[in-house]
Amino acid sequence: MNARHDHRSGSQGDSRGDRELLASLKHERDGVEDPGDDEVLAEVPAEDKPLARLTWPKLTVLPGVVGLLLLATWLWFRGADLDAVAQNSISGGNVQVRLLQHVQLTVISTFFVLIIAIPLGIALTRGKVSRIAPFAMLFANLGQAVPSLGLLILLVIWFGIGAKTAIIGIVIYAILPVLANTIAGLRANDPALLEAAKGIGMSPLTVLTRIELPLAVPLILGGVRTALVLNVGTATLATFGGGGGLGDLITDGITNQRMPVLFLGSVLTVALALLVDWLASLAELLLRPRGLEGAS
Amino acid sequence: MPDTPSTTTESGDSAQEQPFRGGDGRTTGATIRLESLSKTYPGSTEPAVDNVSLEIEAGETVIFVGPSGGGKTTLLKMINRLIEPTSGRIKINGEDVTDMDAVKLRRNVGYAIQQSGLFPHMTVAQNIATVPKMLGWKKARIKARVEEMLDLVGLEPAEFQQRYPRQLSGGQQQRVGVARALAADPPVLLMDEPFGAVDPITRDHLQDELIRLQHELRKTIVFVTHDFDEAIKIGDRIVVLREQSHIAQFDTPEAILTNPADDFVSGFVGAGAALKRLNLTRVRDVNVGEVPVATFDQPLRSIFSLLDSGQGNEVLLLDKHRRPYKWLRRGDLMRAKGSLARAGTPVNDTVTRDATLRDALEAVLTDNAGRVAVTGRRGEYTGVVDMTTLMNSVHELLDEDRMEAIEHQHQLEEQAAEEGSS
Repeated sequence: MNARHDHRSGSQGDSRGDRELLASLKHERDGVEDPGDDEVLAEVPAEDKPLARLTWPKLTVLPGVVGLLLLATWLWFRGADLDAVAQNSISGGNVQVRLLQHVQLTVISTFFVLIIAIPLGIALTRGKVSRIAPFAMLFANLGQAVPSLGLLILLVIWFGIGAKTAIIGIVIYAILPVLANTIAGLRANDPALLEAAKGIGMSPLTVLTRIELPLAVPLILGGVRTALVLNVGTATLATFGGGGGLGDLITDGITNQRMPVLFLGSVLTVALALLVDWLASLAELLLRPRGLEGAS
Repeated sequence: MPDTPSTTTESGDSAQEQPFRGGDGRTTGATIRLESLSKTYPGSTEPAVDNVSLEIEAGETVIFVGPSGGGKTTLLKMINRLIEPTSGRIKINGEDVTDMDAVKLRRNVGYAIQQSGLFPHMTVAQNIATVPKMLGWKKARIKARVEEMLDLVGLEPAEFQQRYPRQLSGGQQQRVGVARALAADPPVLLMDEPFGAVDPITRDHLQDELIRLQHELRKTIVFVTHDFDEAIKIGDRIVVLREQSHIAQFDTPEAILTNPADDFVSGFVGAGAALKRLNLTRVRDVNVGEVPVATFDQPLRSIFSLLDSGQGNEVLLLDKHRRPYKWLRRGDLMRAKGSLARAGTPVNDTVTRDATLRDALEAVLTDNAGRVAVTGRRGEYTGVVDMTTLMNSVHELLDEDRMEAIEHQHQLEEQAAEEGSS
């Protein structure tokens, strides 16, 4: 086919003929680079290094807002007129202790959510086990449909009071988003692509670790982010199971009718949730595999 | 999942990791033998592939062609056991691979699919390096191999290595897919409609490329397509499959075009078999005619005498590199008052000796005088084809094909008779 096109040189006089011949010879040499391809060339590779994704606005805006919120709260507190009851609630490093407890509750529960939900999600997309996936999802849905406070009280009756009970409650409540996203992420992978991976000689384990999971990372991380924010919120309920956390400040504020204490507890919870969400969003940016931009 | 549990050892025990291969150096093709291969999917009574036996020679390009849903992809995937056969044996280079560790088998059989199947989160280099890495090659060797493969498929290594698949055009992705399939130098390459998803022009280029590659590498290629023209263009032999992968005909493109085994095959070949036959023959294979030629430095008088000598009524004027330049007719010179520079009609189309007869026919049809000059490697004049040449050649070709087909038929009948009597 090509042969003819290449030699259509009409020889309209010597110099032109020479040029055309040169061109056609050159084309023959470069023949491997078909011109049809180059037209549709995609855009020049964008700077897609993970670090380059961290733009200044993404890094600074949210911490700035949270910082301002905390500064305003602190200034207001310095000027506020606190009585003995309120002083009692927040003195002696009580606020720091509660905040630390809250962070601990969130971190530990998220850790357990991850090590339960992600392997479970993987198992539920493998071979025959995938048939019970709908039932597992039903249970996970149930966990979230049950009011979290009611669930916590039930667990307290079962396990007794303490941080452990609170963590179990939080974990049950947050499994669903991670599990659902892990399954969705793995299922979203193109079956033809996975077959290609298998077809070139990857073992099932290699297909999972090298292809399936990396490609599902954006969705899985989305689920983790949801779970984290959810956990910061549910951890405020730990106080009803004796688990501590910022929920203590809030309940203190309510039972003693001391608005500043209630306000402080709430503001700190909100700030914590926003910061955790922000950190998770950065993790999402950094951990997303390269080469996927615009595709999924 | 019919997958046997695999050892994920990434050790480089090459003797163990590379079954059915020859000695060192470049691996050329291996034979593939399918013995009464069947596949029945669980839950269905009809087999998807029914008792297929097939022998593919080493270094040969065999095309599976047939209507969609005919089980040709199933048959292909049984060769690397992406689909495990229900019964029958698969032998590659004489070695029975039906019960071999499937993962090991697949690392030694190249596999390229439609829409390339490239991993979107890996760079081009990482994609190509996948199999060599699994085979435990050394880093330096892998790096060199990646560059070699990119060169081989016509992509500039420095430019493309670090790109991601989505930064490539469809045709380039397909090239990388082929490079990946060939990276570990497997003797057998399976291609499942690899050019099905690219535009016709790119597909044409890719087909040419594949033919060139195969000329260099001499792998055993099994290629699935539903496009009969693609099959004719690429294949050394073509397997026409009907439903359940029953082989309707397994023969060379020429034989299938001129002597389709039955109505199914002739229906699939479609109209214009004679026209398609033209694609299979090159201008150099037919008797090219001659016209009187002259060059610029020849005296006018000799050109006049050439025109008068009676060999046709035209002279082809060549430039100083002996390339066709102008057609001169009787009377042209008179009209131009004896000036060679103004006389005659410029040559606007030529065909090379490597062009197919179909290209030549097209050129002849579009030429207003019904003839076209044939040129050699450097564009120099070697002859002329016209309608008569083409028609005579085509008749000869078709007669030859028919004779061969009849002989072939006789041989088969004799064989059958012998087998029957013994």
